[in-house]
Amino acid sequence: MAFVQQSSPHARNARPTSRVMLWVIIAALPGLLAQVGFFGWGNLINVVWCIAVAVGSEAAFLTLRKKPVAFFLRDNTAAVTGLLLGLSLPQFAPWWVSGIAVVTAIVIAKQLYGGLGSNPFNPAMVGYALVLISFPVAMTTNWAEPSGLFNGAPDFTDTLGRIFSASQTSFDGWTMATPLDEYKHQIASHTAAEVLNHPMFGDGIAKGWEWVNLAFLAGGLLLVFLRIITWHIPAGFLGGLAVMSLAFGSNADQYAPLTLHLLAGGTMLGAFFIATDPVSAATSHQGKLIYGAGIGILIYIIRTWGNYPDAVAFSVLLLNFAVPFIDHYTPPRTYGHHKPRRGVPGRNQG
Amino acid sequence: MTQLWDFAGGIHPAENKHQSTRSPIRDAGIPDLLVLPLQQHIGEPAEPLVEVGERVLKGQKLADVRSGIGVPVHAPTSGIIESITERPVPHPSGLDDWCIVLRPDGEDQWRERQPITEYRKLERETVLERIREAGISGMGGAGFPTNIKLRPPKDRKVDTLILNGAECEPYITADDMTMREKATEVIAGLKIMAWILRPERCVIGIEDNKPEAIEAIKTACEGTQIEVAVIPTKYPSGGEKQLIRILTGLEVPNEGIPADIGVMCQNVGTAVAVARAMLEDSPLISRIVTVTGDAVREPGNYEAWIGTPIEHLLTKAGVDEKKLNRLVLGGPMMGYTLTTTAIPVTKTTNCVIAATAAELPDPPTEQPCIRCGQCAEVCPMELLPQQLFWYSKSEEFEKAEHLNLFDCIECGACSYVCPSSIPLVQYYRYAKGEIRVQRAEQLKADRARERFEARKARLEREQEEKELRRKERARAAAEAQARKQAEAEQAAETGDATDDRAAKAALVQQALERKKAKVATGEQKSAPEQDDKPDIEALEKQLTQARSKLETMQRMLDEAKEQQADNVDKLERAVAKNHDRVARAEQALQEAREAPARNTENQTSD
Repeated sequence: MAFVQQSSPHARNARPTSRVMLWVIIAALPGLLAQVGFFGWGNLINVVWCIAVAVGSEAAFLTLRKKPVAFFLRDNTAAVTGLLLGLSLPQFAPWWVSGIAVVTAIVIAKQLYGGLGSNPFNPAMVGYALVLISFPVAMTTNWAEPSGLFNGAPDFTDTLGRIFSASQTSFDGWTMATPLDEYKHQIASHTAAEVLNHPMFGDGIAKGWEWVNLAFLAGGLLLVFLRIITWHIPAGFLGGLAVMSLAFGSNADQYAPLTLHLLAGGTMLGAFFIATDPVSAATSHQGKLIYGAGIGILIYIIRTWGNYPDAVAFSVLLLNFAVPFIDHYTPPRTYGHHKPRRGVPGRNQG
Repeated sequence: MTQLWDFAGGIHPAENKHQSTRSPIRDAGIPDLLVLPLQQHIGEPAEPLVEVGERVLKGQKLADVRSGIGVPVHAPTSGIIESITERPVPHPSGLDDWCIVLRPDGEDQWRERQPITEYRKLERETVLERIREAGISGMGGAGFPTNIKLRPPKDRKVDTLILNGAECEPYITADDMTMREKATEVIAGLKIMAWILRPERCVIGIEDNKPEAIEAIKTACEGTQIEVAVIPTKYPSGGEKQLIRILTGLEVPNEGIPADIGVMCQNVGTAVAVARAMLEDSPLISRIVTVTGDAVREPGNYEAWIGTPIEHLLTKAGVDEKKLNRLVLGGPMMGYTLTTTAIPVTKTTNCVIAATAAELPDPPTEQPCIRCGQCAEVCPMELLPQQLFWYSKSEEFEKAEHLNLFDCIECGACSYVCPSSIPLVQYYRYAKGEIRVQRAEQLKADRARERFEARKARLEREQEEKELRRKERARAAAEAQARKQAEAEQAAETGDATDDRAAKAALVQQALERKKAKVATGEQKSAPEQDDKPDIEALEKQLTQARSKLETMQRMLDEAKEQQADNVDKLERAVAKNHDRVARAEQALQEAREAPARNTENQTSD
């Protein structure tokens, strides 16, 4: 009789990576729905296009690297990268801009580093940062106005045509600056009340954006509830952003208010879906808190004193750089030890 | 209510305990042969005290450890010693080890017994010695000799004695059934251990998924100070470090033992063994084993003699060999797979799982680690399994060690939840093994260096001493010279110059003679070197070596030619060269053989 020889444990009950990624996609759907509701078909078309390019370029590169294509595609990670870019890019971003972003993300930021699990930087944000720096006009003039799907926004065909047409005809009637951008530029010469008078801020904080952010918050909380992510990164992220805003920007006549920071731009998407990419994030609970807080603080700094209206991509990438450093100083205290063993072997041992 | 604490992490695997608790403990019966490994405990292996062919009685000591840590092995029943041989033993390596093989005679005849109920009147040392003599080692898993554990270091006082009835691993119900059916013996054993240690607190920890056991133990504890702590079911609550944390809120210090914080853990099975050793004078010759899994028709617990082959238990439980796919000794989390059913039950065997392929399926293909951190969330030792994996895989062992690799208890919780189905524990075992090898090598290298340095120091010392002696001699010579000169001067003052010249001539003559003598001894010394015998031997050896090398080369050449390899040229040259070498060696040998005659001639002519 020949019995199976295996090392322990013999029992397993894991949620496979593919299902984890599927849950991330599901949790992002409320946000996508809100985007479509307030900003039109742009995001949905972007998402579908980006996922297609992501999976295609992943398959192509896996083939080049002589890796089992089906085995790796089944983990759904390429789809998630595509999804995140589709959700972050401007609604009317031309197809080639989003295409370049996705190919950069998959090929340069992921596969060239060794594929899944080996990338030091968040692939989606590498792609985003590249197109933001390379095509600033396309990336700032293609944001849809929050008129809502049912309020005269361009219909599906128009949007499709706009995204995939070669000519960049003026689309002024449909696009506008983002609330964060608008506030930052107007507050220099106006009072808060005057700035908020603009219809893009709606009745509350930032028309449309607030609901999109709340929807991503809901999806993110689902991920925390399902224990796919822990609360540490989002808490550090939002906490860092809030503390900075309260410490430096409490005067609404000078700086954007806290509510705008939390519920406009890519805040919630960044806090729950982007910064939480486990591969490129810090490791321990303490490390994750510091990592998240670092992103939140940098977002505030770049939004307020930098040249870019939003800053999730840059902040995440800068903190990706800091991960080895953070990990170095934030290992957990192991059972039976007085203190954590920080630093490198042979030094500072506790 | 006992105050409880929680430990970090942990998982809730499917319990699968109900299959084996449906029927009471059954007698495993008499197998044809009993195979008794000489090492069933941590420490030195026991040495046989009996001869092959000897008839032994039930409870008779068959082997004992003469020096060092260890406990004896006893005959579970009366019978004949059939052999003392190497047999498969329960060990993850699957290697064989020395065993005494006993053929039961069916009479089950006891040796003389002297039960002691009034142990409180004895010296504690006497009781501890009796526990040792009964061959008791920890029955929870590790098998550490109980008498040694019950004698903590002198400067450590055990305040809390914990009886571990958590039995957190899925499938295993041996402790559960022991507590249900032998609660009185469990408590009796606990009382003996408590009497030895005199702790302030005695507590039994049982997971809340064993209501029957809890009830039975509570009843048995009535009227005593013993606490029964019902702890939440969470794997691995039965790990010693975890259970101590749950029941005391304390942590066993890194590289320390529980006694360092005034705690000791004992297993319920061990308690029963202690009670039997004392109250019945029955050594540890049987234990409760859970036989379960979908490949047996009647899963349950069996009281089996130590040495009973697993095969016998599987037959008793009605194994379906067609369905049996994986045979696990121990639980599904920490047990190891067996290659054969011939291995015997030992003092630490608590469970045998005869699993079907559907029950414990092969893990899916390993995927890359995405550092999701699920493993860190469930790690009961608060480690970073994802980092340990990374460093183990990349063989950066120093970093793995720095992140407390050696604190890993290999509970398997990390592998259990890993979304990428990475066999994490296997990586840690590999890294630990490599580090141990490196340490051993380092130790060896250190010793070699010490030896070398000691030798160098010795040589230097000797050199210095030599130098010192030489100086001493030189000084003495100079003094003598000075004395002589003084004498000569005195003589010159008194005598004539011709004497001086004569003395000088004599000195020259002396020196010449010395030189001659030296040359002669030198020749004598070099004479044995001309001895031709070893020469011939060496030459013969050279010749055989050269011949064998030539053969190998020739063979390689033939092979290369057959395969039309591109190194044929090279090999041909090598063969030619070796041909020459053999020829030269033959010639040299020939000459050497003829030489003796000449040599003797030379010598006689000398």
